[in-house]
Amino acid sequence: MRGRSRFARKQRMTIVMGILSLVMIIVILQLWLLTASMNAYLGGDESVLIPAALVSLVCLGLNAGLLWYLYGLER
Amino acid sequence: MTSPDPDRLIVPPDGRSHSEQPRWRQDFPIDWPQDNYVSRRDFTKFMVLTSLAFTVGQVGILFQNFLRRRRGELPIQEVVGVAEIPVGGTHVFNYPDAHTPRILVRLDESTFVAYEQQCTHLACPVIPQPETGHLHCPCHEGLFDLRTGQPLAGPPRRPLARVRLEVRADKIYAAGLEEALT
Repeated sequence: MRGRSRFARKQRMTIVMGILSLVMIIVILQLWLLTASMNAYLGGDESVLIPAALVSLVCLGLNAGLLWYLYGLER
Repeated sequence: MTSPDPDRLIVPPDGRSHSEQPRWRQDFPIDWPQDNYVSRRDFTKFMVLTSLAFTVGQVGILFQNFLRRRRGELPIQEVVGVAEIPVGGTHVFNYPDAHTPRILVRLDESTFVAYEQQCTHLACPVIPQPETGHLHCPCHEGLFDLRTGQPLAGPPRRPLARVRLEVRADKIYAAGLEEALT
């Protein structure tokens, strides 16, 4: 038997839409970061590569955390 | 009589009651809100995987940069004799490997410049125009300054990589690449 979630169905739908919007914004930021880093790398500018990689890792962590929370709603 | 739990209700796409649905849907009901929820959750999962791919790409750039630094100083390579290239003349050569074309231009009696021959936009070969002081990319009308390699017009945004040149005993040598001035 499926366990009851602490949120009603309508609430979960709102939550998933909110999380999806946040994830989309972060992914677009990462895409911009990737193109800017590639441009800097090809132009010989090395100073931005490490900070950009760190920020991208943080973004991935945020996204993974949000997905983890989403799956946690159903447990 | 207790009202049914709204979370347990199966809601068809048109929102009408179960008994008003066509027979086939009564036999195989689809819970529409749950279906929407699962599809959005799966799309979120796909976007997180995209995020992972971007992060891998970012780390890949970092790794490529590490490899580029490890290669260290480029070798010194003879290009051409000074007498073989007149003022305003050009010479194409490969440096530092056999697959990277560079172009050497003699600007005046004592000034030589050499750049990568591929445009920084989409890698079309650039054509030197010493009479106007430009390097021209015919693919998308890109223009570079012949003295500095900086982009002047068109789609290119990055300068051409400049080869460091040395003149010894009437011969011109390529001795590495200069730092890009972005």
